[in-house]
Amino acid sequence: MNGSVNLNAGLSRHKKGYVLRRLKESWQWYLLLLPALIYLFMFDYAAMYGVQIAFRNYRASKGIWGSPWVGLQYFIRFINYPNFWTLIKNTLSITLYSLATFPIPIIFALFLNEVSQAKFKKTVQMVTYMPHFLSEVVVCALVILFLDRTTGPINNLIATLGGTRTNFMAQPSAFTTIYVMSGLWQNMGWSSVLYISALSSISQEEVEAAKIDGASRFQVLWHINLPGILPTVVITFLMQVGRIMNVGFSKIFLLQNDLNLEASRVISTYVYEIGLIGAQFSYSAAIGLLNNVVNILILLIVNQITKKLSETSLF
Amino acid sequence: MTTIAKKKHRTPLSFNDKIFLFIVYAALILITFLCFYPLYYTVIASFSNAHDVYTGKVTFLPSRFTVKAYTAVFTNDSIWRGYANTIFYTVFGTVFNLFLTIPAAYALSKQRLYGRGLLTTLFLITMYFGGGMIPTYLLYKSYHLINTRWVLVVSGGLSVYNMVVSRTYFQNNIPETLCEAARIDGANELYIFWRLVIPLSTPILAVITLYYAVGHWGSYFNAMIYQTNQTLQPLQLVLRRILILNENAMEEALAADNSALIADAVEKQHLAVTMKFSLVFIASLPMLIAYPFIQRYFVKGIMIGSLKG
Repeated sequence: MNGSVNLNAGLSRHKKGYVLRRLKESWQWYLLLLPALIYLFMFDYAAMYGVQIAFRNYRASKGIWGSPWVGLQYFIRFINYPNFWTLIKNTLSITLYSLATFPIPIIFALFLNEVSQAKFKKTVQMVTYMPHFLSEVVVCALVILFLDRTTGPINNLIATLGGTRTNFMAQPSAFTTIYVMSGLWQNMGWSSVLYISALSSISQEEVEAAKIDGASRFQVLWHINLPGILPTVVITFLMQVGRIMNVGFSKIFLLQNDLNLEASRVISTYVYEIGLIGAQFSYSAAIGLLNNVVNILILLIVNQITKKLSETSLF
Repeated sequence: MTTIAKKKHRTPLSFNDKIFLFIVYAALILITFLCFYPLYYTVIASFSNAHDVYTGKVTFLPSRFTVKAYTAVFTNDSIWRGYANTIFYTVFGTVFNLFLTIPAAYALSKQRLYGRGLLTTLFLITMYFGGGMIPTYLLYKSYHLINTRWVLVVSGGLSVYNMVVSRTYFQNNIPETLCEAARIDGANELYIFWRLVIPLSTPILAVITLYYAVGHWGSYFNAMIYQTNQTLQPLQLVLRRILILNENAMEEALAADNSALIADAVEKQHLAVTMKFSLVFIASLPMLIAYPFIQRYFVKGIMIGSLKG
């Protein structure tokens, strides 16, 4: 008994020495970490600490601590909000529609891989990557200018072909398509970069062997190239599935107007609306928190699935 | 490389392959055209006669070439001010970003860093969980940052994703034996970082600098929330006011211009459209010029990011 206590004391003394030695070895690295750590606590963790206003009735005059606790009142209010399901539906229809366009960059990469003329390939890549480098505001401005009822080239084309001019930006039913297609226009080329690089690491010997055995180009694409990039495809797909309740705020907000609000109001824009415009801080913090927690849960589930499917996980 | 190309020439294409390749090339040409045309149209419309653009006469070539839209846009002060503000935020913001990101990434790349796992987790958590819009806004307010010149430099100071990418780079490209050798020669860790690691890491520095700089250049959302003072707003927010919210800045600029050039209200209405196209072009020009040079760094960044460290 006595002996073992002494032994423990000896061990902890030894451990203390070890910790000190490690700290002494690491202190200059801590110095390098310090600015980022200070920032992390001052901005990220301090904001997380402020999340508690979701459970309080926040009044600016009373501060976070002085405002009374109200429990889950704001969460219940949100779930009972008449448009709750509309927000969910709008959010999901945008993300699911985006998910449906997921194969397009893959097909693009597979097609580009068939091109043997380096110059043609370079030109296609150069042009299709370009929109990615435009700002969101510029892309949305182009969308609005191109869809303009009287002056937009798209309506001009429709009129030339004998159709009737339509104000697409004012149609709720067109909103999701506009959002997804403009996103595809901006990012299709760029999203293919990962697949193109994955394709370049496929063994050319295997491809040559298949060709000698009489495989057509399409058969090579289907039986060698596609399976070759499948791990990359699966990971990218699951990452996108993980973001299913997480729709980017900034672009929706740019394309949103009073007339298409019915389809363009999603959870994140609603948080902005009632929080920063309506100044209902606690209620909007609660909605933001709920959305964040749901996002994390989805991500964790998806990550479990990924782990099961392959050795790699998202984090 | 050449032998493969020769081999390909030697194999005769079957009928099926010919059809397949025809589809491939047709699809690629169509996609390229669809990506290119809106940008091309923007340029030709901005240099065309306003009336012709308004009535849909411009399709593939500029009609009655003019720079009227540009001279009108250039009289608008808010655009120049926005440009200057954006340059300020991009330069100082990126320097601040690098100051936070690179040293921390290097430190976290060290296997021997005591508490490495815990510290890394501390950073990674913020990638998935955050305060959200309102608590963050209230925090900025309590720091008295709202509407100051520095708020857009400070906000979004640290992208954990960029930090992880840099950490991966340091782990895979800076051999520990090199640092060990410097240590034996008596160098301390700060000296090793500054004089040895940084000069060896120019590729990742370029990638991260560009990621941050392009982010600052294109962002409007933080500015919309934290910067309501119009004289301090960045270009993207000015663009949003004019191009998206359709504020009458264009007409105002025209009203201020009393020259006989712009005679009547109808012409003003027409010119407002070509001015918008010219504004899109002016606002995107720096990026379109820089793009061919920075593109490969972005590709490199994606490659490093896709490796797991």
